[in-house]
Amino acid sequence: MKNSEIWIAFYTILVREIRRFTRIWPQTLLPPAITMSLYFAIFGNLIGERIGEMGGFSYMQYIVPGLIMMSVITNSYSNVSSSFFSAKFQHSVQELLVSPTPNWVILLGYTLGGVSRGLCVGLIVTVLSLFFTHMALESLLLTIVVVCLTSVMFSLGGFVNAIYARSFDDVSIVPTFILTPLTYLGGVFYSIDLLPDFWQTVSMLNPVLYMVNAFRFGILGVSDINVYWALVIVCVFIVVLFGFGLRLLNQGKGIRS
Amino acid sequence: MTYAIEIRDLKKRYESGFEALKGVDLTVEKGDFFALLGPNGAGKSTTIGILCSLVNKTSGQVSIFGKDIDQDFAKAKRHLGVVPQEFNFNVFETVFNVVVTQAGFYGISRAVAEGRAEKYLKQLDLWSKKDVQSRMLSGGMKRRLMIARALIHEPDVLILDEPTAGVDIELRRSMWEFIKKLNEQGTTIILTTHYLEEAEQLCRNIAIISAGEIVENTSVKALLKTLNQETFILDVDTPIPTDWTVTNYGVVVNQDGTSLEVEVTKGQSINVIFQALDAISANVVSMRNKSNRLEELFVKLIKG
Repeated sequence: MKNSEIWIAFYTILVREIRRFTRIWPQTLLPPAITMSLYFAIFGNLIGERIGEMGGFSYMQYIVPGLIMMSVITNSYSNVSSSFFSAKFQHSVQELLVSPTPNWVILLGYTLGGVSRGLCVGLIVTVLSLFFTHMALESLLLTIVVVCLTSVMFSLGGFVNAIYARSFDDVSIVPTFILTPLTYLGGVFYSIDLLPDFWQTVSMLNPVLYMVNAFRFGILGVSDINVYWALVIVCVFIVVLFGFGLRLLNQGKGIRS
Repeated sequence: MTYAIEIRDLKKRYESGFEALKGVDLTVEKGDFFALLGPNGAGKSTTIGILCSLVNKTSGQVSIFGKDIDQDFAKAKRHLGVVPQEFNFNVFETVFNVVVTQAGFYGISRAVAEGRAEKYLKQLDLWSKKDVQSRMLSGGMKRRLMIARALIHEPDVLILDEPTAGVDIELRRSMWEFIKKLNEQGTTIILTTHYLEEAEQLCRNIAIISAGEIVENTSVKALLKTLNQETFILDVDTPIPTDWTVTNYGVVVNQDGTSLEVEVTKGQSINVIFQALDAISANVVSMRNKSNRLEELFVKLIKG
């Protein structure tokens, strides 16, 4: 395919993905807005006032970056996993497979579809958080870079999940039993300084911790970890997941007999 | 010579160990109207799946308009349009979007795609449904939508896998008129069907596949010439004796004597039967084949 044709194919996939999650906005955009508003009201306002300061900020201010990142992670992941698995399930993925669209364009299109939803939800949650607290911004560039890279990484993870999934249960297993615990234990609600040494060391193995803290550093200027390490880790995951996802597509894993 | 489709020693063994194709050789000429027939599980869908990249082959070579699907897959795919057996579009998209989105996957600009979508949806009587979610369409409309989608990049070869399954007679006829016109305009048509009379009426060449092997690959005319015996059913206006016979002909008269089955082998003439009936003052009011001629051959070839 010529470059211009590749661009059209990529743009078509991306627009279709955006059209999908905006068409079903009560399932994709509304729930995180409601859930996060409850988090802000209950954990931030009601309980947070009793907790006091954390890292030099009010508890509400401290958890907002983590909750935004949590929304971005779960929505990026679930957008790609559910969309690609649905395409597999109703065989509409064959529309792409019979076309000359290169596999890397398919992967990129779905990934950026997930990023679009992740960032869209992230923006909604950010705006909502402003109704509950004042937000500083330490580094706009770092904040944007971290949120975008994290969204790419989890979108790719969602794609790999969808490739392997054989039922809708398989699509929900990873978010429920892996992603959610990693996110909750990834420093969204607390600083790992509060943990005993052993659990601090264990927490350092959780990749979500790096992303949440890097994002928090971009907004508040405080972090439990070295931000540059976080960027390196995310980039490595992206390269590995992209390579792995592309290899699965080339093999036709789960989509070709 | 460059063929529309050229398949050499194509083999497919599934992970379960089932050998679906055991070295298929097949060529389809440009502009042909070709039928690929075979019983369920014979290897038709596997062959088509490999042609359109939905099934990975185990070994062998496949070219579409001279483009090898392994070495030049993008160009090979451009020549091919596929109407699969099962509905495989996004049921939540509108009819118009299903077709235009498919064009995008071929790198066709939105403006060109919209023009073509209008053209094909109008030709297939779907234009009035363009803004309807595709899941709301009837079965026949869904099948026509898949034809419109397969044509959006204007392929040189159109593969139709059981396109008239579950489609009513009127719609089936109009669908074939449309496909015949496409073929007359130069598009190579490859068809799989269980309605053998369709293959006999529409196709010039035919291949019969059984247990993963091509057991016949010739023109429909040549194949029908090999038929040694045909069975005709004759309806007569006057009842004839149930034990009525004609020398050298197999004749079976039904119980009320108004209908008879006659076996006519190669070299014999049906006129002998007419003359014999005339002699007992019985006039033939209608005559038909007991079964489709191609069907008789098909059964014979499949049984080996």
